[in-house]
Amino acid sequence: MKYIDEYRDEATAQRYVEAIRRTVTRPWTLMEICGGQTHTILKFGLDRMLPQEVTLVHGPGCPVCVTPVELLDKAIAIASRPGLTFCSFGDMLRVPGSHQDLLMAKAEGGDVRMVYSPLDALKLAQQNPQREVVFFAVGFETTAPANAMAVWQAKQMDLPNFSILSAHVLVPPAIEAILSAPGNEVQGFLAPGHVCTVMGYWEYEPIAERHRVPIVVTGFEPLDILQGLYMTLKALEEGRPVVENQYTRSVRREGNVQAQRLIRQVFEVTDRAWRGIGVIPRSGLRLREEYADFDAEGRFDVAGMAVEESPECIAGLILQGRKKPPECHAFGSRCTPEHPLGAPMVSSEGACAAYYRYGEQRIGRINGLS
Amino acid sequence: MTERPNHLAFQCPIPIQEYPTVLLAHGGGGRLTQMLIERMFLPAFHNPALETLHDGAVLEVEGVRLAFTTDSFVVSPLFFPGGDIGELAVNGTVNDLAMCGARPLYLSLGFILEEGFPMEDLWRVVRSIQGAAQEAGVEVATGDTKVVERGKGDGVFINTTGMGLIPSGIHVSPQRVRPGDVVLISGAIAIHGIAILSVREGLEFETTLESDTAPLNGLVEALLRAVGPQVHVLRDPTRGGLSSALNEIAASAGVGIVLEEVRIPLWDEVKGACEILGLDPLYVANEGKCLAIVAAEVAEAALEAMRSHPLGREAAIIGQVVEEYPGTVVLRSWVGGKRVVDMLSGEQLPRIC
Repeated sequence: MKYIDEYRDEATAQRYVEAIRRTVTRPWTLMEICGGQTHTILKFGLDRMLPQEVTLVHGPGCPVCVTPVELLDKAIAIASRPGLTFCSFGDMLRVPGSHQDLLMAKAEGGDVRMVYSPLDALKLAQQNPQREVVFFAVGFETTAPANAMAVWQAKQMDLPNFSILSAHVLVPPAIEAILSAPGNEVQGFLAPGHVCTVMGYWEYEPIAERHRVPIVVTGFEPLDILQGLYMTLKALEEGRPVVENQYTRSVRREGNVQAQRLIRQVFEVTDRAWRGIGVIPRSGLRLREEYADFDAEGRFDVAGMAVEESPECIAGLILQGRKKPPECHAFGSRCTPEHPLGAPMVSSEGACAAYYRYGEQRIGRINGLS
Repeated sequence: MTERPNHLAFQCPIPIQEYPTVLLAHGGGGRLTQMLIERMFLPAFHNPALETLHDGAVLEVEGVRLAFTTDSFVVSPLFFPGGDIGELAVNGTVNDLAMCGARPLYLSLGFILEEGFPMEDLWRVVRSIQGAAQEAGVEVATGDTKVVERGKGDGVFINTTGMGLIPSGIHVSPQRVRPGDVVLISGAIAIHGIAILSVREGLEFETTLESDTAPLNGLVEALLRAVGPQVHVLRDPTRGGLSSALNEIAASAGVGIVLEEVRIPLWDEVKGACEILGLDPLYVANEGKCLAIVAAEVAEAALEAMRSHPLGREAAIIGQVVEEYPGTVVLRSWVGGKRVVDMLSGEQLPRIC
């Protein structure tokens, strides 16, 4: 199948693994930012194909995982209101809040719907003028244009019953935070191809320069990842802290200018709390003053909720690449996809979910697998 | 006053603090369903026939071996590309019988109808049941009808129970699976699940995909005729897809199964839809595919027998049973890396981006 099969070819993959083997002369630690990339790595067994000098740690690029529990509790409180339809991407439904997740709110009578686009939620609001329709606007820069478009259209249509609960986060401040943290071990990054399709990669150039790390914009297929790793390792070995673009079939340096304009028109940059990590300055998006009517937090009084997090969950360390999921004492025992203590165990982009699903929890039992 | 006997433990076996209410995933065919069966249903009803946990029970009655199974159908939408709930209700139960190695004979048919359901739609469903039963060569021997108030059903729910006869010499059971055995699938996977998704509310994407729902007893008969005694296990990987079926077999047989991703038949349009939605085709439902594990020496003959049947033209050998990693399904991926294929936990939910 075009655009899929050619990026999954075994012979080419072996050639890249060989090239990586020849390039690497010492240990390196690389981080892939995006949870989608983490899943490709584990789903196709790429981590098991690499030479042992290369350590992959997994980054914070799982929007579901970094959404603060307080916001999730607000979402659940809003979703439980009568006369209201709460729309969310499927990923978000099983993420544990303090006491519940959205699927439980649904089982208890909340009208929670899974949608594939914020524009579907907008359509629901138009079709059901007597109901409030709230969309859970989660995501990095990738989903921001569509969410901005939904709000922009709602304003054009003067739609009184539509609002969003915004939990938008941005990648560059997160990379900056990881690199600035004391004890950081990450030496190079695979930057997220989808985010860069929207935003371009010019924002990463000053970061690479300031922290002397190579950053390679990388796609999501197995060969994309292997090529991205090869480019990053080559830059590291040659001592070149550059930003390079592996994902040329989708990403340009300036990105999608029109989409960026729309994001800026509707959203503004704000400080944002990341679940398990804490507040990162200027790392989120909130609705601008002109669009404040469409802010669900303003529309529904859900402030002042007491938040409870599992004291055992080390999601924050996982999301910063400081620990790997199997290093968590609860992993696979007290924390499973059926009983998640934290979001990375249930999100389809979560690192813990990837390790659990693709078998790392059984590594002891099946260590013959290589 | 006599105290009512309470055979169950006083405490609910599924702790209330974990799941105070039933979630959709309890019926999804994955881990939560398994938990419900193992912790609540099995202890309550335990007996040897039930404990095999196969899609159907094998009962020996005066020297005759019968296969006995039941299934309920709550599909939405009721009419979908390539089929409808009626056809599914016949084929689903016929296939469960066929997977016991049985020749399906009789069905019961239970309707739960919602007040206000259009009579014309009911007639469509009934005609479709008639056609499917004819095609599968089974008779509807008994039935029941109930009507619930408007809003308390979803148009129509159907339950079918089936009975079939297992020919002598045929013993299909996970306990017969041995390292070295070969895994076959009768055709391309994940078609039904994607065809249904394509018409679900909020997700209309353009596709000409039609459900693969079909009665598999003809195909199974052809396979059993060719290599019957060497057929060790048969499954129709419906809900939970190929991975759930294989995980169940690996667990109950205490063996490992290694799949070759590149050999699993998958249509381009299905692959494309799965990529876009972030779904893994190994977990997507099938309604007309037969998974067979046979002795290695008859693998080619089994493949040929499947391919000789119209429903098995795309049959393929997709993996092997191994001694290593018992209870685990391992996949050798397209690019050559290996990973575990785990049982699905809950519903597969499409991703954000």
